Amino acid sequence: MKKAFHRFYNLIAVICCLLLIGVLLYAVSMLPHYGQENPRSVEVVERYVHDGLEETGATNIVAGMILDYRAFDTLGESHVLFTALICVIILLGKDVKNMRREYDGYYTVEYESYHKLADDKILRLVGYILLPCLFLFGIYILLNGQLSPGGGFSGGAIMGAALIIFAAAFGFETVDKVFTEKVLKGVTFVSLAFYSFAKGYVFFTGANGLENHVPKGEPGMILSGGLILPLDIAVGMVVACTMYGFYSLFRRGSIGHDHTFMDQQ
Amino acid sequence: MGTTEIFRIVLLVLLIACAVAVNLTKNLMQAVIIFMSYSSIMCILWILMQSPDLAITEAAVGAGISGTLFLMTLKKIEAEDAGEKKRKKKRAGKRS
Repeated sequence: MKKAFHRFYNLIAVICCLLLIGVLLYAVSMLPHYGQENPRSVEVVERYVHDGLEETGATNIVAGMILDYRAFDTLGESHVLFTALICVIILLGKDVKNMRREYDGYYTVEYESYHKLADDKILRLVGYILLPCLFLFGIYILLNGQLSPGGGFSGGAIMGAALIIFAAAFGFETVDKVFTEKVLKGVTFVSLAFYSFAKGYVFFTGANGLENHVPKGEPGMILSGGLILPLDIAVGMVVACTMYGFYSLFRRGSIGHDHTFMDQQ
Repeated sequence: MGTTEIFRIVLLVLLIACAVAVNLTKNLMQAVIIFMSYSSIMCILWILMQSPDLAITEAAVGAGISGTLFLMTLKKIEAEDAGEKKRKKKRAGKRS
């Protein structure tokens, strides 16, 4: 009976899979060919390509799109990251007061394992050479978002990855000297609040036909594109903090130096 | 057919191979590594499709951070693959 059910289940699964593949391929066949204009969205594309540089002041039209025309999307994405970080803190964060009795031995074993991991000589040497370049590259991508490919999300992700390598190579204690839970909370909050207020101001003035006091700048220079550069920095900070926060919470269940935990050792 | 076209076809075949291999492998660690290589191939494909913005993000997030988080999770739940479990059972059986 059980075997027959399993066979039936597998058969149905294969049929469902093939059906889904067929439906998706059929949908793909109806899409316009690669590089050709899509007749339904042609108005928006024309507007973006022809007036984008003038209206947003960004040479990289993708940055102009995601941080000017569709800045609300990006605001939502940053808040999704923030919410995800809060969820991970709730799920994986260690509350020492509540869990100490059951997991005492586990804590000690895990705490020792970071120190062992930090003694990797090859990783340390590679980190020593690579980390300055990685941070510089991340900052470059972040600040050049309106001029060249990249922007807030990519630059922030690279900086977050660099922080992760830093923590893996030199131990969490080194990162904890500058990057604590307070810093993470402060940076994330200030970035998100700045983004919300700046974009709210632009949308309010734009919708009511008021004059916008944000200078556009000369296209092609670093200080150009109006609000795109500060918004890029805000998004990048949120992304970098979230990435490092994820790693730290996954690895040891807390961001930054845990005083109560350390005192017990 | 130019060199770029051949390169693109090779990459697409590799992409499909990676996608199938993730499902077929029993070892979770190997699955994570194949997933990361899938992201790297996808990153080159984004460049070929002239969207460097996405390529940078894919390289940093897909191939870097999400893979690291998967590995962290595997370590946290002390994952074992199917073969290892069988071997352990056999060893336990021999002892008793």
